[in-house]
Amino acid sequence: MADPMKIRAAMSGDKVEVKVLMAHEMETGQRKDAKGASVPAHFIQTVTATHNGKVVLSAEWGPAVSKNPFLSFKFAGGKPGEKVSVTWVDNKGDKRTDEATIS
Amino acid sequence: MNGSRRQVLKGTSGMAVMGLAVTAGLFKPGSAWAQAWNKAAFETKTMADTVKAMGGSGATESKDVVINSPDIAENGAVVPFTISSKLPKTEAIALLVEKNPNALAASFGIPAGTEAGVTTRVKMGQTSNVIAVVKADGKFYYTTKEVKVTLGGCGG
Repeated sequence: MADPMKIRAAMSGDKVEVKVLMAHEMETGQRKDAKGASVPAHFIQTVTATHNGKVVLSAEWGPAVSKNPFLSFKFAGGKPGEKVSVTWVDNKGDKRTDEATIS
Repeated sequence: MNGSRRQVLKGTSGMAVMGLAVTAGLFKPGSAWAQAWNKAAFETKTMADTVKAMGGSGATESKDVVINSPDIAENGAVVPFTISSKLPKTEAIALLVEKNPNALAASFGIPAGTEAGVTTRVKMGQTSNVIAVVKADGKFYYTTKEVKVTLGGCGG
């Protein structure tokens, strides 16, 4: 199973700034191993961030997103103490959800 | 009898909603459709094709779309980008790297209440134009920037 994400959610003025660092190899499928065989692609395809059950950001990624992807965005309407949850799903169907408390 | 008529009505309106959702395709933030990965868009090689795959017919250049990134990236495996849009009603942001094997690197759905700006990191195989495409109020806008890469990100 994949390692947990690091999520920071902090107030920035009247908005909540969310920073997410995911642990994922993000293999493109273009690389070859030592024997010359292609390394199969393995990357995160969709990311969804929710706050109080409402989607605050959705993302679709290709294999060009860097290894251990970083994502940052801001949304309005959050308060300290509330939770932000982030879910990713990769092309092999693995998924992971983590949440953080707004500070 | 009335019951079956209701069924038919339900069925047709349901289909219409489905049709709408499919037309909106990639940009249906907040619905289950947002989870469907737009395979066609990620297989495109040029911006025009990507915009088509995202449901638009063309994009106009706009100064209200801003790409913030290093001009020269030392390591193509990790190039940080911040894309922001000053256009009202920004619904989606996409990032394309022209000379990567597939142009589209990432796309984001921006629901109301979320700031039209995202930061992420992508791989770049070589020096290339980077294109940010923004969908705002149903129209597509873009801006480009050249980023020089001194060490490619697609090698071993």
